[in-house]
Amino acid sequence: MDHIVIILLQLAVTIANLALICAGLAIIFGMMRVINFAHGEFLMLGGYAAIVSSRAGVNLWLAMFVVAPTVVGAIGIVLERLVIRHLYGRMIDTMLATWGISLALIGLVTVIFGNTVSGISPPLGSLAVGQYAIGLYELFLVAVVIGLYGGGWLVLRRTSFGLLARGTMQNRVMAAALGVDPGRVYSITFAIGAAVTGLAGALISPITGVVPTIGAAYIAKAFITVISGGTAIIAGALAASTLLGSINTLFSFAFSPVLGEVALLAAAVLLLRLLPQGITGRFFRRSL
Amino acid sequence: MLKGALGAGAVAACALYAFLVVPAQGDMTTMINGSVYASYAVLALSLALIWGYGGILSFGQAAFFGLGGYAYAVAALNLGDTTMAAMIAVAVAAAAAAVLGYFMFWGRISDVYLGVITLTVSLILYRFLNQTAGEEWTIGVAPLGGFNGIPSTPILTPLGDPDNPLPPERIYVLAMAALLLAYVACRLLVATRFGQVVVAIRENELRAELLGYDSRLYKLGLFVFAGALAGVGGVLFANCVFVSPNMFNLQTNGQVIIWVIVGGLGTLAGPVVGCFLMLMLSTYLGTVGDAGGGWLDPNLILGVVLTVFVLVLRRGLLPMAGAAFDRLTAMRPFVARQIVAANTAADRDRRHGSGANR
Repeated sequence: MDHIVIILLQLAVTIANLALICAGLAIIFGMMRVINFAHGEFLMLGGYAAIVSSRAGVNLWLAMFVVAPTVVGAIGIVLERLVIRHLYGRMIDTMLATWGISLALIGLVTVIFGNTVSGISPPLGSLAVGQYAIGLYELFLVAVVIGLYGGGWLVLRRTSFGLLARGTMQNRVMAAALGVDPGRVYSITFAIGAAVTGLAGALISPITGVVPTIGAAYIAKAFITVISGGTAIIAGALAASTLLGSINTLFSFAFSPVLGEVALLAAAVLLLRLLPQGITGRFFRRSL
Repeated sequence: MLKGALGAGAVAACALYAFLVVPAQGDMTTMINGSVYASYAVLALSLALIWGYGGILSFGQAAFFGLGGYAYAVAALNLGDTTMAAMIAVAVAAAAAAVLGYFMFWGRISDVYLGVITLTVSLILYRFLNQTAGEEWTIGVAPLGGFNGIPSTPILTPLGDPDNPLPPERIYVLAMAALLLAYVACRLLVATRFGQVVVAIRENELRAELLGYDSRLYKLGLFVFAGALAGVGGVLFANCVFVSPNMFNLQTNGQVIIWVIVGGLGTLAGPVVGCFLMLMLSTYLGTVGDAGGGWLDPNLILGVVLTVFVLVLRRGLLPMAGAAFDRLTAMRPFVARQIVAANTAADRDRRHGSGANR
């Protein structure tokens, strides 16, 4: 019984992790159609921002929820203005340019912080379930993910900015004709995507630690999840995270964590052969 | 005409330098580096072919490079015959490309998704081989060795003399010869009818299909050929270094793309040039990096170079050199200058037009 509870909790944690690392990408890639290959590095920067500022004496929660998103969001705005705004509509070129940015960020962070693992111990204690235990912090992440996706849904559905953003991404020229400044909307949306990514990176950093090259561990997983999700970004990212996260957990328990990851990626490739439009291309089609 | 002759001359000059001057100087470091660069250049050539001519951006081309290397090492350890092992390796790489290609082209997976899928496949192999450290991960007598790879990769031997592995100088000549052969093979391939259909599909897939060509079949053919080529690169790499999971990782996959972009997409010689230049730059940065206060981190430089090429120098080095040459030769007669001006304008329009359409 305890074993089952632990497996279920672990399942929720894995799904939440996946949903967390691909939330920012769902905005930048899913909505804006910008292939951000520097996504993993945005996560890495979020982790560093949180760790460095908390070591400098900032309260850990403040460092994770305020400092990291602000820093990465600001970096996102700068990069969007400098590089990415020249490349909208040219997917392959954005992919290459952001891959260049990702390499440059890895190099820069290596120069500044060196190539060693930095970390902070996860706050909150652990929850005992019979003879097993699970980190309370990891369960807290599940709640954060629910809040993040719920908040995202509210912003996109209920606010005028959400409407403007969705409209601009659908038809840039039409939005411009109606008096919206598409450049600004793109810029702000990109910054929000970067900030969410920074938050995610900060939240994961107590669990995994950070090294300059950690982005490579996330990039394929995040992309394949968002693509498997399909066009509806929120429902898609959640559905794909649930499906792929379950497969990951299943294989991790049955064999090993690495094979769990391999199974996740393989399942996603298989899924795309069956549903080239992603999950929401076929199901939940009218959702957001 | 003149430009074509000059290009052929340049290739011949490079070949002469590689085959006569470098071995005569006998500098072992240059030759070992040269073999490694040549094996990577074959990989660059395979991406140049499918991306530049077929319009298929494979972000995971190193998957076939690594598979070729691993298949060679495993087969050579088991069979003891390296020639056979090399052939098996190329066949394995081609077969893997055939399976993946069938999967993608019949699934109608399009440009960007194609990149992400191929990258994912490469990373699956990377993750998988990284954890094969234990006893249970052994094929025949060949242990896969986890993240250490297979350091005891056998070196190629001459036919009929299996106990005398080739010395590094001979491996160097072999690698350079393979590169030259691969280049010539690609040149010939793109000049055939098959090559022209492939270009037609790149330009407009729907139109090519309406003309009666099955684009999936042509893309698959090109992809398999390129996969085999990458496999050849992997075999060479296994002979001058050894096989390890790093052959599959994000770094290797990204580097190939940088070489193609820097050298010039849509050419065959450009990516080879880009590969050699960028690898020389990386090697140089690696040697000065520690002394230079750490600011010359290779990743930082590579990243900035790639971003600048994508943003500003979109055409790559070789096409830019070609354009500069055109401008020089058009200096004299007034009429020729007008023609060049008109061509450049048309070229610019076309590029901007296609840029907007993508």
